[in-house]
Amino acid sequence: MAADSVLSIEGLSIEFQTPRGPVHALRDVSLAVPRGSIVGIVGESGSGKSTLSLAAMGLLPENATVRGGRILFDGADVLTMGTAQLRALRGRRMAMVFQDPMTSLNPVLSIGAQMTDIQYRERASAAHKRAKAAAMLRRVGIPDPEQRLDNFPHEFSGGMRQRIAIAMGLLGSPELLIADEPTTALDVTLEAQIIHLLRELRREFKGSILFISHNLGLIAELCDHVVVLYAGEVVEQGTVREIFHGPRHPYTEALLVCDPARIDAVSRELPTIPGDVPNLLQVPAACVFAPRCPKVFERCRRERPGDHAVGAAQSARCHLASA
Amino acid sequence: MSAPAFDVPVVTIERSGFLRSRMIRRLLGDPLGLLGLLLVLAVLFCGLFADWITPYDPFKIDVPDRLQPPSLIHLMGTDSVGHDLFSRVIKGSQIALIVGVLSIFLSLAAGLAAGLAAGYGPRWLDNILLLIFDTIYSFPVVMLALAVITLLGSNLQTIVLVVVVFQTPVYARLVRTSTLAMKNSEFILAERSLGAGAVRILARHILPNIVGPLFVLGSMDVPSVITLEAGLSFLSLGIPPPAPSWGRILFEGYSRIFDAPWIVVAGGIPLIITTLGFTFLGESLRDMLDPKLRRVL
Repeated sequence: MAADSVLSIEGLSIEFQTPRGPVHALRDVSLAVPRGSIVGIVGESGSGKSTLSLAAMGLLPENATVRGGRILFDGADVLTMGTAQLRALRGRRMAMVFQDPMTSLNPVLSIGAQMTDIQYRERASAAHKRAKAAAMLRRVGIPDPEQRLDNFPHEFSGGMRQRIAIAMGLLGSPELLIADEPTTALDVTLEAQIIHLLRELRREFKGSILFISHNLGLIAELCDHVVVLYAGEVVEQGTVREIFHGPRHPYTEALLVCDPARIDAVSRELPTIPGDVPNLLQVPAACVFAPRCPKVFERCRRERPGDHAVGAAQSARCHLASA
Repeated sequence: MSAPAFDVPVVTIERSGFLRSRMIRRLLGDPLGLLGLLLVLAVLFCGLFADWITPYDPFKIDVPDRLQPPSLIHLMGTDSVGHDLFSRVIKGSQIALIVGVLSIFLSLAAGLAAGLAAGYGPRWLDNILLLIFDTIYSFPVVMLALAVITLLGSNLQTIVLVVVVFQTPVYARLVRTSTLAMKNSEFILAERSLGAGAVRILARHILPNIVGPLFVLGSMDVPSVITLEAGLSFLSLGIPPPAPSWGRILFEGYSRIFDAPWIVVAGGIPLIITTLGFTFLGESLRDMLDPKLRRVL
């Protein structure tokens, strides 16, 4: 792992206790977010993307248990921190933007009240905090922000609300912004606008972004590094160029084939990956992708593959990559 | 590590206190709310200045003038021992306010604290508090009131205590349910991810979301608590005579409804005024606290 990583996750395993037994949501996940970079995490629903982001913020739900590993934020382990230490990190050094902007703002408080309230740690006058909130809203593209601070969340559209959520996240100038599917709840036009905004902000914002999405196209557009998550495991990671031009894991290949934006030929059917994501109550002892893998061979069903380095920054958890 | 600054130019603009005045304008624009406020203020005025505005001494017995129908001399008539009912009604607002408003206020405060603790706190605290609420729920009100009043004597403090003990779990349960529903909502998670602590989340984010319905419920309970006192008076468990409680007036009128119907009217009118006042005010407050129902003015 690079020494200068703002966030570095090492061997993280997380379980959820459910009435039917423990669900192994994340298993031996390692990744790093180098300072100043944008790292994308891609995966299907239920692959553990959101669990990963909540774990990094120290916001795991009560029924989650960490079975092993470390989450180092600037060298300090988030998992062993107390409430006060976590709160000192949250907002000022790391912040998060959530998936659904319709529910991520308090419906009964005006935007201005929420944005000034969350600056409670700053020693500044109320007028200054309000002005900072307005300036941040202007920066994320809300027109006439001084007036709109008195509006309530329901008076804004979905795209606007997501801009507001991003502005709130940036108020504390965090070193790391975690964006958990920030465009999934928006339509395509708004999605493009939010991505454009994040790219613009990236130029000014000296921090790093951990961008979570199930959309490979967005990741290719925005990120420097990609982490491919499948059924709670990192199956492949590398730079965007490496992953998109030379995927080494069959799952990544399949994902790329299935991306609707990359399909050139007119066809009646969308390509799909046959089969289902495995039930994480009982994790197979061998390769997790073996039941769905087009290139599966005997060893895959018997033995769990290790992480094999296949490029400067690329590695794949596949027996085929070991050769 | 130097924190990377994401800075934007900050221009401070002076802001007048126009939000407060907007709140008052909104209330003035809502005729029912305004009426409610006026009625409640009238009752409060009677309670505060009762000793100056009563035309007669409310405790003065005047047997020759007993059972007089309403006239210019006795605006609401007199009762069976010659008390001036109008004076007693005005004086009675003090008891009504203490029993109704004070006890509801105390129950709301206790219910809010217990409900927030049960909803947001650890699971074991929730279980203990729920057990206590359910235990109180399972007692019949009148039986417990009887027991407590027999033990502590029938006076104002005992009645307030009984009301607080019974009303607190009602509000606490409402607050607990709303808190639980909101605790895992995304905006609370978002606030936590930005560094807000438990106190800030409870006070700034959960509380404003639940005070609206709680206010309405509380304001509508004020009259029913006043009638509870009336009911206890009927069982001679209320405030002991000669204190002029509205309930006592009402129940005296009840027994003389054929020969002196004005006594029931005298006891009923202040109850109706108080009920309507608090209900209108409560509904208007709820609308004002809910931004989606708030009318643009």
